[in-house]
Amino acid sequence: MLSEATVASVAVPDELVDELRAALAPDRVRTGAVELDLYKRDAANIVGRAGVVCFPLSTAEVRACVLASARHGVPFVARGSGTGLAGGATPLDGAIVIVLTKMNRILSVDVENRSAWVEPGVLNLDLTKHTSPSGLHFAPDPSSQQSCSIGGNVANNSGGPHCLADGVTSTHILGLEVVLPDGTVTCFGDEAPEVDGLDLRGAFVGSEGMFGIATKVCVRLTQNAPGVRTMLLDFERVQDGTATVSAIIADGMVPAALEMMDQLCTTAVEEYIHAGLPTDAAAILLVEVVGLPHGLDLAVERVSAIGTAHGARTVRIAQDEAERALLWKGRKTAFGAIARIKPNYYLHDTVVPRRKLTEVLRQVYEIAERHELLVMNVFHAGDGNLHPLLVFDGREPGVWDRVHRAGEEIVEVSVAAGGVLSGEHGIGLEKRDYMSLMFDAPSLAAQAALRSAFDPLGLSNPHKVLPSPAACGDHQHLPEGAWI
Amino acid sequence: MDLSAFAAEVGLDDPVGVLGLGTRGGPRPGARVVGAPSGIDWLQPDEMTVCCGAGTSIDELSEALAAHRQIVALPRGGTVGGALATGHGSLLALGHGPMRDVLLQARYVSAGGEIVTAGGPTVKNVSGFDLCRLLVGSRGALGLVGEVILRTRPMAAAAGWYCGPVDPFATLARLYRPAAVLWDGTTTWACLEGEPKDLVDQAMASGLRQTSGPPELPTGGRWSMRPSLLRSLPERGGRFVAEVGVGVVHHSEPAAPVEIDPAIAVLEERIKAAFDPSDRFGPVRAPYM
Repeated sequence: MLSEATVASVAVPDELVDELRAALAPDRVRTGAVELDLYKRDAANIVGRAGVVCFPLSTAEVRACVLASARHGVPFVARGSGTGLAGGATPLDGAIVIVLTKMNRILSVDVENRSAWVEPGVLNLDLTKHTSPSGLHFAPDPSSQQSCSIGGNVANNSGGPHCLADGVTSTHILGLEVVLPDGTVTCFGDEAPEVDGLDLRGAFVGSEGMFGIATKVCVRLTQNAPGVRTMLLDFERVQDGTATVSAIIADGMVPAALEMMDQLCTTAVEEYIHAGLPTDAAAILLVEVVGLPHGLDLAVERVSAIGTAHGARTVRIAQDEAERALLWKGRKTAFGAIARIKPNYYLHDTVVPRRKLTEVLRQVYEIAERHELLVMNVFHAGDGNLHPLLVFDGREPGVWDRVHRAGEEIVEVSVAAGGVLSGEHGIGLEKRDYMSLMFDAPSLAAQAALRSAFDPLGLSNPHKVLPSPAACGDHQHLPEGAWI
Repeated sequence: MDLSAFAAEVGLDDPVGVLGLGTRGGPRPGARVVGAPSGIDWLQPDEMTVCCGAGTSIDELSEALAAHRQIVALPRGGTVGGALATGHGSLLALGHGPMRDVLLQARYVSAGGEIVTAGGPTVKNVSGFDLCRLLVGSRGALGLVGEVILRTRPMAAAAGWYCGPVDPFATLARLYRPAAVLWDGTTTWACLEGEPKDLVDQAMASGLRQTSGPPELPTGGRWSMRPSLLRSLPERGGRFVAEVGVGVVHHSEPAAPVEIDPAIAVLEERIKAAFDPSDRFGPVRAPYM
């Protein structure tokens, strides 16, 4: 059951549609039932309502959409591929949906200085494929990197398995051309490192589409590593795996990636891709180290020794690129593999201090058991970024309520352990009303003040991220369909 | 860390600013001067995070971290709060990343005297808007930071400076993730980190020989340039040491004034008005002095 957001049934004015068609082209401004249905949601389990769907090709056309929004007082929601998992791109109240997927050109690449200007609709993996012959890549690599767009990465400050060592999206964004909610076009930063004044680029990244629309993005490109070693360690107890993670970090290593899967997840993946994963292990740990030859050899030795000291049964080292690709395929296709178990899943995203991983995972298993749900854990262990997957059959009576309650409790135990609401999916609609778990009223007011400075009229993707003032300190009821 | 005494000191209505060790200036003339809390509240090496008062000296913090073979990517000298307020990264920004990535959480006293939390305590966090990055380089104009949680890094097994009369851009392309590549128009310096044998191999392959450290930096001005424009520096005259791949230039001459896009000026004014409507904390762009 997908839940429907409680949205006002406001018709989009004909004049607005006419204006948009005149500014773009009639075939790139759509009001048909199919398009409105396609764009009423992103990858979250929350359904909204699109009023009109636009496909601009240029900054000028994006600006025309934004100006039309302001003139008619109809909100707008920018989106790319719609892979977001927090409902950040779900339109409410019949909003103008501005789809940026047709703005997908790589505008320039400066190999010598490792930067590129791209349009927001460029797919994450396409950028890396384009620059890899030059020995460069775009470091953030969400599991959806084959389909998610750079603009979406900017909006959500996306992460990915390899962000442990290299940092999340904000680290890799040098500058932005933006259309502000009043139609002003300007640039926040560029390739120069220290722009005088406020770091508006930094504030914009991760603002979930509520500060305006990025129409060009200057990204930092990362040098490919001269050597890579990928290791798979397996454990009889989950806590041995999490203890290994902490011990690796405490030993002064920051591997390129440090990913963990529990037994249920490993079994599902193995049945799906047949990579020879140890399905009898309670947990497996995928560790990737990169660098120069001597450092690499030493890192492999140290990880192996630490793992063994913490109870690793075996340490498998990928012998070639094909084996490495297979191990990574297992990690990145974990969510697809789940369909073999149950037809529905709900993916969560919280962060806890690394040393609390064991305790919070134990609580996650207890929560799932209490609510009679299956839970799988596949997550970025190196930075404490949990991704409990609740697996269920949505046709079962009452199951969605249990899924929602379990999700709520997972968030609560994560924050109570000194963690945060989201590590990479964002707040969107999904966790909007839980912001007060992390922030008190003055802290939420500061965020609201920043939002108002960027968007005084509140037309850029409204009702996301920030709970209404009345709800501060208490959980406000959401549009239906969110799990919280 | 209890910030209530600091909040009381900041007060509610008069112009006020923080003075640390004075290495990067202080409040604007006429403003009442306060001191931010100092000292390390906690240090968690296995989390690679540290919590300290904004008034903590970076040298003291670095010593405490060194005991755990960790570092923090802030330039030495002065206080943590002062470094964050100016936003000027260290000479090793190429390898250690920009300073803005160091700040995970800040607790600051607002113009209204309230204690506000920006960001979160974990190394990864996208919960809400990124006020931390807005605070870095904001010169204390939006709020007075009392306590911070910073991301630390492991100390490299070995580090060394190397130099030679080689092309700096070819050197940047050849080396694997150097911590710094510097160029004065004639000589190129590189700071390499990692396993000792890798350092030697890299230096030899790049035509670099070991040296004692970086060159002396001109102090007339700190320029921020697109890295692609650094090649033109010798034609502009004056002495310089450029951070290749980054774009910071330590120059004998002051940086040229930058023309501000009116749209940016309007937005900055709105943000300033939202955070500090009675201008207690000074402008976001004026020299921090």
